[in-house]
Amino acid sequence: MYGRKVKLRFLFVIIILITLILTVFLVLKSLEENVVYFQSPSEITTLTELDKKKIRIGGMVKKDSISINANEINFIITDFKNEINVIYTGAIPNLFEEEKGVVAEGYLKDRKFFSATKILAKHDENYMPPEVKAALGEK
Amino acid sequence: MIYSIIGYYSLISGLCLGLILIYFSVKNFKNSKLLDSKILSFTFLQFFFVVISFLCLILSFVLSDFSNETVFNNSHTTKPLFYKIAGTWGNHEGSLLLWLFVLTLFILIFLVRSKNQPIKYKILTLVFQQIIIIGFFAFIILTSNPFNYIYPTPIEGLGLNPILQDPALVIHPPILYLGYVGSSIIFSSALAATTLKMINKSWAAHIKKWVLISWVFLTIGILLGSIWAYYELGWGGFWFWDPVENVSLMPWLALTTLLHCILVLEKRLILTSWVIILSITTFTLSMCGTFLVRSGILNSVHTFANDPERGLFILVFLFSLIFLSLIIFFFFHKTNKNNSESLFWLSKETSIIINNWFMMYFLSVVLIGTVYPIFLDVISSQKISVGPPFYHKLIIPFLIPFLLMMAIGPSLKWIKSNLENKVYLFSLLIISILLSFLIVENFDKNILINTILISSALYLFFITLRDFFIKKNKNISQNIAHFGFSLLILSILFNNLFSTEIITNLKVGETFVSNDTKIVFENINQKQEKNYKAILGNFSVENPDGTTDKMLPELRIYNQPNIVTSEADIKTTLLSDKFIVINLVQNQEYFNVRYQVKPFMLWIWLSVLLVSFGGLVSFFKRNKHEK
Repeated sequence: MYGRKVKLRFLFVIIILITLILTVFLVLKSLEENVVYFQSPSEITTLTELDKKKIRIGGMVKKDSISINANEINFIITDFKNEINVIYTGAIPNLFEEEKGVVAEGYLKDRKFFSATKILAKHDENYMPPEVKAALGEK
Repeated sequence: MIYSIIGYYSLISGLCLGLILIYFSVKNFKNSKLLDSKILSFTFLQFFFVVISFLCLILSFVLSDFSNETVFNNSHTTKPLFYKIAGTWGNHEGSLLLWLFVLTLFILIFLVRSKNQPIKYKILTLVFQQIIIIGFFAFIILTSNPFNYIYPTPIEGLGLNPILQDPALVIHPPILYLGYVGSSIIFSSALAATTLKMINKSWAAHIKKWVLISWVFLTIGILLGSIWAYYELGWGGFWFWDPVENVSLMPWLALTTLLHCILVLEKRLILTSWVIILSITTFTLSMCGTFLVRSGILNSVHTFANDPERGLFILVFLFSLIFLSLIIFFFFHKTNKNNSESLFWLSKETSIIINNWFMMYFLSVVLIGTVYPIFLDVISSQKISVGPPFYHKLIIPFLIPFLLMMAIGPSLKWIKSNLENKVYLFSLLIISILLSFLIVENFDKNILINTILISSALYLFFITLRDFFIKKNKNISQNIAHFGFSLLILSILFNNLFSTEIITNLKVGETFVSNDTKIVFENINQKQEKNYKAILGNFSVENPDGTTDKMLPELRIYNQPNIVTSEADIKTTLLSDKFIVINLVQNQEYFNVRYQVKPFMLWIWLSVLLVSFGGLVSFFKRNKHEK
């Protein structure tokens, strides 16, 4: 029926198509699984149900809220409307200070309590994470 | 003051020269014989002006001339001279001037080095390059002039961000830019060659040198950035899949693919369209890198500058360049029908093409991971971030066939080939699998995937190692580069598997004891330096094998700007790095201590050097051939 070349070319096109579809599928699937959403303390209070997934919370570290012991660091993230308690075990970045912007990554325990697995560094004393700026700008 | 004026007017003159160059080239394109020497002198003059301008900026920094806004924003009188000079390109304006400097330098070298090429091709390349150069001139003069005045003249500058005050970061941008900008030459020359329909074997041989040298610089540039991040950011990692890192990885992937395709083109005259598209892609991605980093769109851990107007300019400029190149590609490029058919599945070119696919896949993963958050932010204002798990999940499984292909491919012949030494290839594979199983066995997590990964990397390692001894007068540069790559993957894998970490909060005098390691925080010392105050933590770490290390991590409190940075103390040995970093929690007595043991750290750096050394060998081999 068809020549060998046509068949080969047909096969080639099919392979490319399959790889493409597979790629798109894989990428979309792992995007869905591995994306980390960003929320402000106010947004969390309005959540209808608590997400089991990892999220990021951004805002300011509340004044006089940092307390530390050998294992963990506790502090409060505020966006001046609502606040959330954070418990964290791990390394902290240089610019982690009271009344400075902060982004914490981790899991929500309830609407007032957040267990952080990572605190993100921002390497500029005047720098405020864009999300924090947006969150604070809303007030 | 005077230097700012000279610098500014040099820039304007350079821009005018660019316009003149384009005008003359287009006007006299038909009878181009007369133009040759004139073009060279004009280009040289343009380069000269940029050098003057660049020197003026350096001088303003050295003399701490705070009437210059760039100097005011990024320098300080107490800063050491070395960092005053480095501050020239540690900021947005200066780094663009550096781009421009390299752009004009490269086109000059290109014109000098390609004497034997057809004159029309040279002129056309120059025209395309000048379009880019003029774009950058306009960008600098209109949106980010490094020679803006401030009046009244401030007495003191604001200082350079302390984490940028570091030797590795002083040479990192220039080297990286050499790689980025080298791709502009490839871009211009590919467009010129397409227009003149001279994409052929000799063009491939000619442009290969440029591909190689840009690739070497880009590789080393990324390496330097990575080393810096390792010891300065204090996280103990060398790659964070941060957007800023990704944008330098993307052109590297494209360039690596291009490098291999050029080889195929040179030998077989196939894949012509693919080579052109890759040339365009590489340069576009380099530009994108500059755009994304400089526009502040990226939400990154190392965001340094942001200004939407600048971003818009680069974006418009970028799109016009892409548009122009696509028009040229579709109007002028005709594929050569005769050659494109004869592909046999088991041959060197097929294996290269297959690995090209993988590379393109890696590239798209990185691209999507980097761009998707921006995209989502724009359409739905949802803030997300894409972290390492995304990349690991999508890239690691495909590394396995990629590595195997890399091992087998080079031993195949061009056009049509049979697998030789089947027994040898097969037995090496078995050995690799067994060996890696023995290594991984002791660890309870993910035995399967780790065994397969390590064995495929080991396989490449053994095969390339064997090639060093067996095949004389074979492709030594390829051998070195592939060997280096296998070493890189192995080191990264072992590093990931065997790293250990202790994070704890300690007061002075306290001791932390884990199963096999004891960390004693003995005391702290203070030290006053010229532009910072240092707090040195005095630690002694008792290792599992009974030895004790004295470690002195440091906290630096810079006075201008007022920033605290941590300087990690790293003990490097051939087999592993010991890494300790401390941080002071505000108003508290506790220090946050992070101690890591990272095996094979040194080998990651060395293997990347080896990879780029392979490229360098190939570069010089070429040169000899031509003479």
